[in-house]
Amino acid sequence: MGLEQFKNRNIGTQNYKMLDLEQVPTRNFDKFKQVVKRTFKGELFVGLWVTLRAMINALFRGEMHAVKYPFEKLPISPRYRAIHEMLRLLESGHYRCIGCGLCEKICIANCISMNTRYDENQRKEVSEYTINFGRCIFCGFCAEVCPELAIVHGSRYENASEQRASFSLFEDMLTPIDNLNLQQEYQGFGAVTPYADDHIKKTPLAY
Amino acid sequence: MEATTLGVVIKAIIILAIISAIAGFGTYLERKVLAFMQRRLGPMHVGPYGLMQILADGIKLFTKEDIIPQNANRLIFALAPVITAATAFIALSAVPVFPDFTIPSWIPLLGGTFVPSIAADINIGILFVLGMMAAGLYGPLLAGMAQANKWGIIGAARTAVQFLSYEVVTGLSILAPIMIVGSLSLVDFNNYSSEHGWLMFTQPVAFVLFLIGGFAETNRTPFDLLEHEAEVVSGYATEYSGMRWGMFFIGEYANMITVSVLSAVVFMGGYNDMWFLPGWLAIILKIAFVFFLMLWVRASWPHVRPNQLMWLCWKVLMPIAVINVVVTGIVIMV
Repeated sequence: MGLEQFKNRNIGTQNYKMLDLEQVPTRNFDKFKQVVKRTFKGELFVGLWVTLRAMINALFRGEMHAVKYPFEKLPISPRYRAIHEMLRLLESGHYRCIGCGLCEKICIANCISMNTRYDENQRKEVSEYTINFGRCIFCGFCAEVCPELAIVHGSRYENASEQRASFSLFEDMLTPIDNLNLQQEYQGFGAVTPYADDHIKKTPLAY
Repeated sequence: MEATTLGVVIKAIIILAIISAIAGFGTYLERKVLAFMQRRLGPMHVGPYGLMQILADGIKLFTKEDIIPQNANRLIFALAPVITAATAFIALSAVPVFPDFTIPSWIPLLGGTFVPSIAADINIGILFVLGMMAAGLYGPLLAGMAQANKWGIIGAARTAVQFLSYEVVTGLSILAPIMIVGSLSLVDFNNYSSEHGWLMFTQPVAFVLFLIGGFAETNRTPFDLLEHEAEVVSGYATEYSGMRWGMFFIGEYANMITVSVLSAVVFMGGYNDMWFLPGWLAIILKIAFVFFLMLWVRASWPHVRPNQLMWLCWKVLMPIAVINVVVTGIVIMV
């Protein structure tokens, strides 16, 4: 945008390119001319070429857009909010949750309920932790408020069960201890998508 | 004589079997081609590349519940799909598909038999085929009126509109080639083009008009008014289910094949040898191209309103066809 343009940004004062709308013909001869013009303009063949090009590109240049869903999946963003996960500490393997109860407090759908008690080391431990997925609206407040990055949203969105309660036990959401090395750190809200670099465009300053 | 009768019966059975199978395969092709043009994959999971999808669809059609609505006219309701399917197949009996050939002598029983190119080589072939296909339109018409359904009635009304519009164009457009060839037999058309070249180049206007008329005749997309889902649910086929609906479907695809064969034989040189291609392969390629053109057009173009169709056929195409006939006549006389 040039300086001249920048100073004059009020709508209606610029040089817009107007749509070239022709007059609707009223006389019969003009209508006839319009029909003839449109007949020999070849726009129909442009349409044919567009679809043929799409077919050629899809078949031979790998531009097929279909994803065979149960066999293939599109990568989802780390910001995606699906079934929750409870993470463990990488050093000790102990779960991160300190039983502070913030998630229970902030939950606007009232779906988290937890009980805590002191263990033998006078350390708080979680005795009961359930999320009622029949109520959960996946707003993500619990993950946002968690001071220990213990409860996070996972990427598991393909759920099948007899009842939603079956996803909700603490032990089920907790990272299995033998998969601790595979535990993904939650990148948090505002994390970039996996292929963000490919989609990014240069800012004007870089030119 | 005995042998010819037997041959005709055998050929009729073969046509019936093969065209039904091809009609089923046509649905597969249509879904695939449309999918590719929309960057989708189409049927993929039943069999390799979804080829068995036809079989699955067939099983579904055969086992579906057959429903006749309460206030429908039961007899006509049951009869209408048969009209569509039967006329489509009867039309195919007078269409030559392959060149004449002799069954090789190493085949037992039939070896050495001469097989003419056509099941019924009647000397008014093209008139018969067009007449039969026109009679096929009674299927949608009666079906729409018999089923006691608003969408069906609209579909039937549109059938009448379409029927009245395109029939003039197809008839007049094919008249000019008939005048040139001087015969109504499709075999004569084929022989003519082997001597004088494709009629497509000497009669381009008639070719385009015939294609447009053929698209209207088979209810293909620019003119698929009878059963356009977005407007009239399913038109004349709204209340049909199971194999009754399937018969409409087979009839439609058989008609598509007939129109493809007609345009291949009349305008595109028929089953004559082409360069290095043997005649049977050449005509299969031609038929396949016209069939593909129908799918291609369906993927590309929007369809017209009924009044636009009437406007197009009566005010544009019919005058052009008449002018074409007159000019052809003058050229032949001079």
